Amino acid sequence: MQSIPLSSSPFGASRTSHRKAVLLAGLAFIAVLVVAGAFMPKWLTFLLTMAASHGLVSLGIVLLMRGGVVSFGQGLVFAVGGYAAALAFNKLGITDALGLALMGGVAALVVAAPFAPMLARYRGIFFAMLTLALSMVCYGVLVKTNALGGSDGFNMGRATLFGQKLSDARVGYALYGVTIAFSGVMALLARAYFDSTRGLVTQAVRENELRVEYLGGSVKQAMSINFLLAAFVGGAGGALTVMSLGHIDPNFSYWTTSGEFVFVAILAGWQSVLAVFVASTLLEIVRSFSSLYFPNTWQLSLGLFLLLMIRFLPRGIGSLWVDRVGGKRAKGGRA
Amino acid sequence: MNAVIKSLAEVTPPVGRDILLRATGIEKRFGAVVAASGIEIAVGVGERVSLIGSNGAGKTTFVNMITGYLKPDTGSILLGDRDITRLAPRQITQLGVARSFQIPQLFQELSVLDNMLVATACRENRLSFWQTARRDDAVDRADALLARFNLTEHRERRVAELPGGVRKLLDIAMAMTGQPRLLLLDEPTSGVSAEEKFPMMEIIMTALGQEPMTVLFVEHDMDIVERYADRVVAFYSGRIIADDTPQAALATDDVRRYVTGTLRQE
Repeated sequence: MQSIPLSSSPFGASRTSHRKAVLLAGLAFIAVLVVAGAFMPKWLTFLLTMAASHGLVSLGIVLLMRGGVVSFGQGLVFAVGGYAAALAFNKLGITDALGLALMGGVAALVVAAPFAPMLARYRGIFFAMLTLALSMVCYGVLVKTNALGGSDGFNMGRATLFGQKLSDARVGYALYGVTIAFSGVMALLARAYFDSTRGLVTQAVRENELRVEYLGGSVKQAMSINFLLAAFVGGAGGALTVMSLGHIDPNFSYWTTSGEFVFVAILAGWQSVLAVFVASTLLEIVRSFSSLYFPNTWQLSLGLFLLLMIRFLPRGIGSLWVDRVGGKRAKGGRA
Repeated sequence: MNAVIKSLAEVTPPVGRDILLRATGIEKRFGAVVAASGIEIAVGVGERVSLIGSNGAGKTTFVNMITGYLKPDTGSILLGDRDITRLAPRQITQLGVARSFQIPQLFQELSVLDNMLVATACRENRLSFWQTARRDDAVDRADALLARFNLTEHRERRVAELPGGVRKLLDIAMAMTGQPRLLLLDEPTSGVSAEEKFPMMEIIMTALGQEPMTVLFVEHDMDIVERYADRVVAFYSGRIIADDTPQAALATDDVRRYVTGTLRQE
């Protein structure tokens, strides 16, 4: 059988170096953010810590959105990750912040794994409502479980970092650094995943499942893997959040919490990883300032903000730069 | 007509060729509608077979059964020695069967190149979390195929922006990735203007020309059938009413009566 000739591409070249440049720029950006944190006021480092850890959960939703589904129940993995980290700290004596973050991610992945094959068969509102149902079942169980503090939840102590105890003065910045570094690395891995063969096939699933199957790809496998990856980052986000808050309760799994993650994902759009964290930061800023100046109507400000974003940026914040880059590429005829 | 059908089993195995596809005793009903009845066919390696018949004759149903989208009620389909009757489309594709569609099934929001890269990734079964989809060897292979189908100029355009004929070609180019053993083309020139049909078939056949793959194509234009097929299988009401060279098949009374309409129906 004659093979298709491997002619040299007229467009080819420098994909690998471009990718390396993106990864290096990303790492440099993370380093700059971590260093800059040392000069920020405490309220700002806390705000960015929350934005980054919550952004991880929304990143999971964006992973799912790229395959054409939206989870309304990411509160489930957020809570599982948070409870796992808090329990590991209180009961197992595991105190390292990075270890707890990883443990939160793994715990959420383990809890999500049995549901992945089933959920991979559903689309649209059915997928969304099933995930919401799972998160609300989790909420109900947590509220009724006295050993986990019932509806009040429970506190966890102060995490350590590489065996070092964190003083009052350092703890906020240290957890900020851990959260930014962890979220940043996850974001870069997500970026690499978006560009990978699996990432491209996920996008293809979003467009035309039938054709993916006829090309020999497995739609069910792609959807299951995305669900599990989303669970891992969501669980890690929960663990990082609970470390900074020092407290966890069943509201982590409540539907309004899941709704906020969806809000950020819609705000960001599904095309850009960076946009997820930008959107998450915007949400935290709007929430903080609205609750300061309009404490009883801050949800109204949030709703208006989302309406404006949908009106003027229907493809999300990411479209501000992704569409521009895509347009240049099409015009230039080069990748 | 029954006599013709009965004799087809003896006629179909092509002389001097290894058999790639053999369908035996295929029956398929949708309620009261008979979509396939007593289908017996053997296709040799490298043959170019045209499936003809009026709308609802059972051509696309037959293609859908070969590719696993539909399962026959009875009968079996062998690809080489492998029984593929009950396999899923994905499994059949991995065994070397590819198809294009009457309405092109593409990824509208992706570029032409990315459509090809999805096809390459799925076919090679080399899905990676890390390796970039636009790796050099995959892009080079995609470019080579795009060039064979005269699609290079559309490389970075979104599929949603492409005209119908270009989409048809891309649909077939995607099916060609991974060099399938059996390629099924469902009405490759449908929806294309009369003057574009022959140039388009010329591009397709030239692109296929270097490959020793077996091709089954559903077609309504008898001029195209005569020019590009080695063999014609005519369907009517779920049955095969002729299976011969194009000239011989198109000259039979049944084909003239039920397919081409050149003989008035009794």
